[in-house]
This record gives sequence, structure tokens and C-alpha cells, in this order.
Amino acid sequence: MATAALDIAVRRPKRESRWRRALRRHPTIVFGGTILGLMVLIAIFAPYLGTVDPQSVSPARRLRWPQEQWWFGTDMMGRDVYSRTLYGARISLIVGLGAAALATAGGLLLGLLTGFIRWFDAVLMRVMDGLMAIPAVLLAIALMALTKASLENVIIAIAIAELPRVTRLVRGIVLTLREQPYVEAATAAGTPLLRTLFKHILPNTLAPLLVQGTFVCASAMITEAILSFIGAGTPPNIPSWGNIMSEARSIFQVAWYIVLFPGVFLSLTVLSVNLLGDGLRDLLDPRLSRRL
Amino acid sequence: MFAYVVRRILATVPVMGVVAVFVFALLHLTPGDPAVMIAGDIATEADIAAIRAKLGLDESLHIQFGTWIGSLLRGDLGISIFTNLPVTRLIEQRLEPTLALTVTTLIVSLAIAIPLGVVAAWKAGTWIDSAVMTFAVLGFSVPVFVLGLVLILVFSLSLDWLPVQGYTPIRQGFGPFLANIILPSVTLGVVYAALIARITRATMLDVLAQDYIRTAEAKGLGTGAVLLGHALKNASVPIVTVVGIGIALLISGAIVTETVFAIPGLGRLTVDGILKRDYPIIQGMVLLFSGIYVLINLLVDLSYMFLDPRIRY
Repeated sequence: MATAALDIAVRRPKRESRWRRALRRHPTIVFGGTILGLMVLIAIFAPYLGTVDPQSVSPARRLRWPQEQWWFGTDMMGRDVYSRTLYGARISLIVGLGAAALATAGGLLLGLLTGFIRWFDAVLMRVMDGLMAIPAVLLAIALMALTKASLENVIIAIAIAELPRVTRLVRGIVLTLREQPYVEAATAAGTPLLRTLFKHILPNTLAPLLVQGTFVCASAMITEAILSFIGAGTPPNIPSWGNIMSEARSIFQVAWYIVLFPGVFLSLTVLSVNLLGDGLRDLLDPRLSRRL
Repeated sequence: MFAYVVRRILATVPVMGVVAVFVFALLHLTPGDPAVMIAGDIATEADIAAIRAKLGLDESLHIQFGTWIGSLLRGDLGISIFTNLPVTRLIEQRLEPTLALTVTTLIVSLAIAIPLGVVAAWKAGTWIDSAVMTFAVLGFSVPVFVLGLVLILVFSLSLDWLPVQGYTPIRQGFGPFLANIILPSVTLGVVYAALIARITRATMLDVLAQDYIRTAEAKGLGTGAVLLGHALKNASVPIVTVVGIGIALLISGAIVTETVFAIPGLGRLTVDGILKRDYPIIQGMVLLFSGIYVLINLLVDLSYMFLDPRIRY
């Protein structure tokens, strides 16, 4: 009996794979990942989920409250809010992921370079300090005022606004890693700079960068909605959540459901990305998780 | 110490210099002709030429920059294209509502967030802690304007307790001022409060784990004295740092909040400037908001010396 109990005690940890254990310990990853996964599925399969053309106008059935035929009601032009909200998931996710990818890739490149090239560091970090003094949303707004409203420009503007923070993060990691004996050893052994960067430094930046990337993604989604809401974002002919809410703002008092549905979807999506980020940070960077 | 203060103040000069170059470049980085962009689709050649002359776009680039920096140093932010008023005058007219909004928000959110963070750290691992952390994550996730519209829906349209929109200056009576400012302040404050509550909890957790806290408890001090007198005071440096960094959230949020609640402040001015592509206004607002942000963070840096006497420069 004693050996049986011992046997169970010894074997139990083995039964659970590393992945499952990690997920059990960090339920926020599961929760955030599930909601985000659902949103991705909704975005991909939007045409097959009982939607109609999100742009099809029908003045005869304007401002119908949510009911059997129009689950989320219709807007002031008789467009189906359900279809528009589902298609809107595409824009939010594209902007969130696009801006996160662009900002982390750019930040990684600049951060690696500043960590090793002194003069470049001195110049670039002054520029980044200046850019960081401009609140990110304001910077994105100002950049959008420069260019024509298009989805690409929204992504680029948000990515530029987020770039300084990512660059600083990577630079900080590179600066500590540079002093590590194993990096010094590699350099002393005559390893070329680029090889040191890619083989010894880069892999160590990936975990924090992934975590930062999720937070950039979440704030990019909010920024896109803000830009669209004030009328300086995604072009009005694209049904983004920010656009739907922006158009409905003037008739909010009589038809608040038009704002409610995209608002709930947007909040849920941002929440899922934030939870995923929190969970990943706890999992990948326990040192940081204690701080926040 | 004096040398440090001077050095720290001088350090803001290059930062604002970069901002100024960026703001100048805003107009000139425009793909194509900025005058054409500003004039819009239905402009005639003469309109475009007029705008070009007004903005000095005919001059060569370095002369334009010199003129621009020169007038900037004299406190001249240029003249708005659409209203024909100096940008500084427009800012003066719109300053009060934004100041009232942000100061109220600052007070409300600090008054909520710091106690929440302290209690969450004190009761770490309990349902109170979980509730505070849930509030913090939700606060980060609900966009400002969605929250604002929901609050209007509940407190103005359904319950009819508060006015839907608008702004009443404080000199027209404190009651009406408060009635108008309360929803916008809560709207704007939630993200900020979420941020401050999180950092307060995290820092307090670190501090509460230290030996001198155990000593203080062991010698029989009350919970309040330990939490506030011993722990919070020593946790203040990171908290104040985040209060300063979070000002960026308040500025961005104010732009949106003023749009939702129809408050005639600087945020509204910025949005109008962007929608009309009124570049002098956009440039002026980016400069002003960045300047405020840099100034507040300068004050935060200098406050460390008073918050923590161990910090010597």
C-alpha cells in the first residue's frame, strides 16, 4: 500500500504534459486564448454566419431594434448591424495583429542595432525620447492627419506610435545581455557581430517581445477604434467597430443598440488579448509578473 | 542637488527639440503637396496657392524651419487656417474645460486607485484582491468612448440623474459644474485608475514583504499605521512614476472624452483641427500636449528627492 501511494505521488507530475500544466497554472491564457480564437473564427467565417452584405443599404427598414430577423437591429441606413459587427472583427484583428507585428519587428531591429552600435544608440534614443513625449494616440492621430485614410495607413501610424516603447524594451535587454560572459566569450572567439546578434541575443528577446506584442496588439485595437470614432481612421466605407460606433453616435439617444454591440465585441476582444498577454507574461517572465 | 535639478531641466531641451522637429516635419512629410491636402478635393488653384503662401511653403525648407522655430520661441504657434485666429488664442479659449476635466479626473482616479491597490496588496490572494485585479484588467480593455456612452446610457438616459453632455464653467456654480463633469471624469479616469491600482498593488506587495514591515507589526503598530505610514510611503516612488507616465493616457483619453461629452476643450480643438486638416492647430496641439507631458514627468523626477530622502544626486 505504501509503495502504491508512493508510486502515485511520483508518477502524477509525469502524466501531465508541460503544456497542460502551464495552461492549468495560467487560466488567463486559456480564457483569453479561447475568446480571441472565437473572434478569429468569426472574422474568418463572417460570410457564412448568417450575415448579409454589411454595406447593403435599405432605407425601408431603417433603425429596427434587435429582433428575430435582425439580431443586432439595423442602423440609420437600414444596414444589418449583426453583419457589420461580424465583418468588423476582421478590421480590428488585422489592425491589431498588423500593428503589433510591424512595431515589434521594427522595434526588434532598432533595439538590436542600438544595443551594439554606440553612435546609432546615441542618435536614435534621443529621437525615441522625443517621440515618446508625444502621447501615442495623439501621435497616431497626427500621422493620420497627414495621409489619406486607408487601412494600411492606420496600421503604419499606430505601429510608429508604439515603436519607441518596443525599441526601448529590446535595447534594455540587449544592453544587459551584452555584458554577459557568454556573449563576451563569443565576441572574444571572433564571432561576427551579426552572428552574435542572431544566435546569442535575438532568442533571448523573443519571450518579452511576445508579451509586449500582445499589449501593443490590444492598444492598437483601441487606437484604431478611437481613430475611426473621431473620424480620422479607417475609411467610412469599411465597417470597422470604430466606424459603426462613430456613425451611430449622433443617434445614440434613440438607437443605442448600434453602439452597444460593436462596443461589447471590441471590449471583449481587447480583454482577451490583455488576458493572454498577462498570462504569457506570468508564464514566460516570472520576474516581471511579480511587479505588475 | 541644485546641479541635478539644472541638469534634469536641461535634459528636457533636446526632447522638446525632437518633438519640435517632428512637428515641423509633420507638414513636410506629407506625401504630395500639403497645400493640396489641406485645401481638400474641391479647391481651386487659387485656394491652394493662398494656403501655400499662408503657411510659407514657398520658401526653402531651412528658411521655413528657421522662421518656424523663431516664432515658436516667441510663443507664436501660427495662425489657424480656417478660423484665422492665432493658435495660442484658440488654446487660451479652450484651456479651462480641459484643465477642469483632467484635474477632476486626476483627483477622482487617485482617490479610488491608491486605496484599492493598497487593500488588494494587503489582502493579497483573497477575493478582494481578485476583484481589484479584475477591475484593473477590465479598465484597460473597455475603450474610453464605449465606457462614456454606456455611462450616458445608464445615468443620463435611463436614470436621468445627470446631464447627457456639455460643460458648465465652475464660476457658474459648483453644483452644475459637478453634474456635468462627473461622468466625463469617471469615463476618463477608469483606465488611469486601473493603471495606478495595478502599480500600487505590485509595489505594495514588494514593500510589505520586507523585514521592517514585520518589525513595525511586531512592535504593535496598528494596521493603518503600518500600511500608510511605513509601506505606502516607501512604495511612493514607483507609484508617482506611473502617475507621471499615465498622464499620456489622460491626454489621449481627454481628446476622446471631450468628443463623447461635447466638452469645448483642447481635445475638441484637436479633433476639429484634424478633421479640417488645420495643420497649425494640429502642430500646436501636439507641441502643447507633449510639452505638458514632459513638464509633468520632470516634476515627477524632481519629486523623488522629497519622497525618498535616500535618493541623492
